[in-house]
Formats: sequence, C-alpha cells, structure tokens
Amino acid sequence: MNVRADFPQLTRFINGKPIVYLDSTATSLKPRSVIDKINEYYTQYTANVFRGIYTTSEEATSEYEKAREKVATFIHATPHEIVFTRSTTESLNLLAYSLHPKEVVASILEHHSNFVPWQQLSYLTVWDPEKPIDSVMTNKTDIFAITAVSNVTGIIMPIKDIVRTVKGINPKCLIVVDAAQAVPHMPVDVADWGADFVAFSSHKMLGPTGVGVLWGRRQLLEEMKPFNYGGEMISEVHVDRTVFKEPPHKFEAGTPHIAGVIGLGAAVDYLTKLGMDNVRKHEEELVSYAIKKFKEVRGLRFVGPDIRSGVFAFTMEKVHPHDIAQILNEDNIFVRAGNHCAMPLHEHLGIVATARASFYVYTTKEDIDALILGLQKIQKLFS
Amino acid sequence: MDLYREEILDHYKHPRNFGHLSGANITSEEMNPSCGDRVMIEIAVSDQEIADIRFSGQGCAINQASASMLTEKVKGMKISDIMKLTLYDVEKLLGTTLTPSRVKCALLPLEAIQKAVYGQ
Ligand SMILES: Cc1ncc(COP(=O)(O)O)c(C=O)c1O
Repeated sequence: MNVRADFPQLTRFINGKPIVYLDSTATSLKPRSVIDKINEYYTQYTANVFRGIYTTSEEATSEYEKAREKVATFIHATPHEIVFTRSTTESLNLLAYSLHPKEVVASILEHHSNFVPWQQLSYLTVWDPEKPIDSVMTNKTDIFAITAVSNVTGIIMPIKDIVRTVKGINPKCLIVVDAAQAVPHMPVDVADWGADFVAFSSHKMLGPTGVGVLWGRRQLLEEMKPFNYGGEMISEVHVDRTVFKEPPHKFEAGTPHIAGVIGLGAAVDYLTKLGMDNVRKHEEELVSYAIKKFKEVRGLRFVGPDIRSGVFAFTMEKVHPHDIAQILNEDNIFVRAGNHCAMPLHEHLGIVATARASFYVYTTKEDIDALILGLQKIQKLFS
Repeated sequence: MDLYREEILDHYKHPRNFGHLSGANITSEEMNPSCGDRVMIEIAVSDQEIADIRFSGQGCAINQASASMLTEKVKGMKISDIMKLTLYDVEKLLGTTLTPSRVKCALLPLEAIQKAVYGQ
C-alpha cells in the first residue's frame, strides 16, 4: 500500500525532521481528496441543507445525502438507517437517552463512551469476555453493549457469535456495537453482524472531526423517541403538537455538520477505492512485523492477542508510559500514553497506564523501525 | 532531550528520601488517575519546620524526580515558606520548563506536601 503522497501532513517537518505518526487510533490523518471535498463545499455550494429551492442549496443537500448513501453502501446498510451525529460518543448517548434501558451489560473492554452513558443512566453489569455471556446476562437485560475492536488490546471480537448468544438468552435484548475501531480498519457488514445498532466516527476513518454515524434497524429507529428537538427533524409544528420526520432525519435536529458529512463521503470513496480487504491485509502485515520487532526491545510487553487490529498498548520495564511518549516526541515519533479512555480495562489488567502505537493505511515498516529504535534508546537511557 | 538530563534520571533511579518515616506526625497522598502517578508523603513536623520527610509511590520520571528533589529542598524549611513554593520553584529544581501536559506530573509532589502541612 503506497498512499503516503496522498496525505499532506506526512510531508511536514518539525525541527528539521519528518514525523512518524503512530496515533491513528485516536484520530487518522486526512487525505488530500477529503480536504479538497470539504473545501469544495465551502467555496462552491455553501448553503443550508433541506431549506433552499435555489441551486447551491440543492447541491449541498444532494452531496449531503450522497454521503449518506456512500456510508450505507460501505457497511452494507440502507441510507435511511444511517443517522449522522457528532461522534461515536454522541451516537451512543443518543441511544442511552432515547432507549432509556433499565439493565445493561457492557464488556470490560469498552471505551468510556460505551460505558459511562450506560453506567450513569442504567443499571450496568460488566462482562469479562473470558467468561461465558450467560454468567452476567439475564432475560431482563435490555442492552448488550460491545466493542467490535478494542482500542487498547486490538482484539477483534466475534460480533456475529456474540449476537447469536445474546439473542439466544433474550431475543428482546438490543445489541449496541461500538465500531469506532472496526469500520476504519476492516470490512464491516452490519447485516452479517446482526446487531441492532452500530456506532462509529468519521475522524478515525480519514474523514473530518465532528461527524459520527449511528446505524440502527429501521423499525427500531421508527419506534424510538428523538434525542434532540428542533429544526430539520420535524415535518409539521403546530402550537399544540409536532409531527416528526421519518428516520434518519428525526434524529438530525438543527443544521448538521454539512461540510463534515460531505467530507466523510469522500473518505468513504477513498477507502472504497483502496478496498477494505487491502486495508486489513496491510495492517495484518504491519502487526506481524511489529510483533517480531518488539522482541528486540528488552522489557517491552504488549497487552492482548497476536491476531489483532493495528494497535498496540505496551509497557516497558522501569519506564513510565509518559516518559516513553515524551522521549519519542523528541524524535517526532507520536504515540499516546495513558489509559486511552479505557480505565476499567486498565484496572482489570492491573496496569495503571500504557503507551500506545497504532497504524493505518499510510503507516510503513519504516515507521515501526523508527519506533523500535526510539524505544531501544529509551531502554538504554533508563537502564 | 534536556528534560531527561542525567540529574533527573539519577533522582528517578535513585530517589532520595524514599520510603517510610516512623516518627511521622502528618501524611498525605495525591494521585493523578489519568496516568496513575501517585505520591505518598510522610512528614515529621516540629516547631513549624519540617524535621524529616519521606515519600513513596510511583510515577513517571518527572514526577519521581520532582518528589525526590523537593523532599531534599523542604527538609528544614519553615511551613510558611513551603506554602509559598510554586511551579516556578519546581521547574528551577528540575532545571527545565515543562510543557502543559507534564506540569501535573511535576506538581503532584508539591501539592501533596503543601496539603500535608497546610494548617499545621
Ligand atoms: C473503541 C472506541 N470507541 C469510541 C471512541 C470514541 O470516539 P469519539 O471520540 O469520536 O466519540 C473511540 C475513540 O476515541 C474508540 O477508540
């Protein structure tokens, strides 16, 4: 995969040195085509959507809805099941507030965004994936919340099997999949998964920040109450009552992030052209290479399995993750340190913090070599 | 790489005043849950002065070096003077200025010491 020339930020030098970006799990870099597409909206057809009868408003509306179709095709869904939100976090909050479940089971792997809303608004029980699901789930469980890929261990969860098991215990239990780390990195087919809701973010899949996606089964979206009330989401407003639009627009109150959604459409085009099978294959290669190279760093331990998505949270003997990240930064190697919004998982693993390096389509073996060299330097400094 | 000067690494690898103090009459603990830095302070106060001090806990190099250097500095100091110490003094001890993301690491030990002696 040779795409580095498409990413303007990769040509940047800081203090006379190129940058090695290893934090794509937090957010991805953006290709030129996405930046250009956003620019196109702002320079060619800036107008509000669904409101104007004039040309540019119709262009904006058409591009906005085209993006919805692209996203739908990308995950094997239909466009009216695609709701645009601000982020994965907002998609999940929308569900928590609109569905108001009483009892929720979430896995210990969850990012805070698929954990805290349930904990705060429902009665939350935690599932340890090493244990059978029926050890925590009952026929009273309203929601089963599960990440498709962990942003810490990189583990790829068998969503289809989990859905089958959960529905076997309680067919009425709704399954919410956090796909923030899945949709950007591997082929995802929501129909095949069989879950009820799937959430992900534009900014982790080459698109702009400020846009999230919620996929939901049509019938469920129809039955659910809106999350926000206001303009764009209504079809009739009278002094005494309001008739809402059909989904997905029922859930998109107010002027949306029009440029952002259109930019996401361009990101989907870009990924589609690369082919998600190729994206996954590229990451698989990087993962095996990294696992081999990590052995050359004394005292390094990464958490999670060998078969995984392109993300490694790791610790080094005698060196705190903060120090790892800061010293790597001296060489423009950008990794993250902390608990990566997964504090329950870190507590469960008995680690306070980890450093994390993550890969994407533009990551190369040379980036991993630079990381290894940096880590060896740190190892020497601290021994 | 001046943040990781020899002196800071030396304090990190061989912290001064590390451990417990049997004659301590005040203790305190501060932590930063986001990165797991944790500092416990044990102090023997007599006559409005710090007679002796120990620290324990875990953290990054900046955090631990700051604790080690600070405990050396405050030994024998008047409590009223300790309350006047700021980030500026900590940066002077570390011999460097800190980026915003690291200020919390460096200040944690000072916060723990000030919290312990406050009102004594
Ligand atoms: C697995 C996972 N879920 C949810 C999120 C939250 O995404 P966002 O911050 O875009 O809402 C992230 C990323 O931060 C993530 O990695």
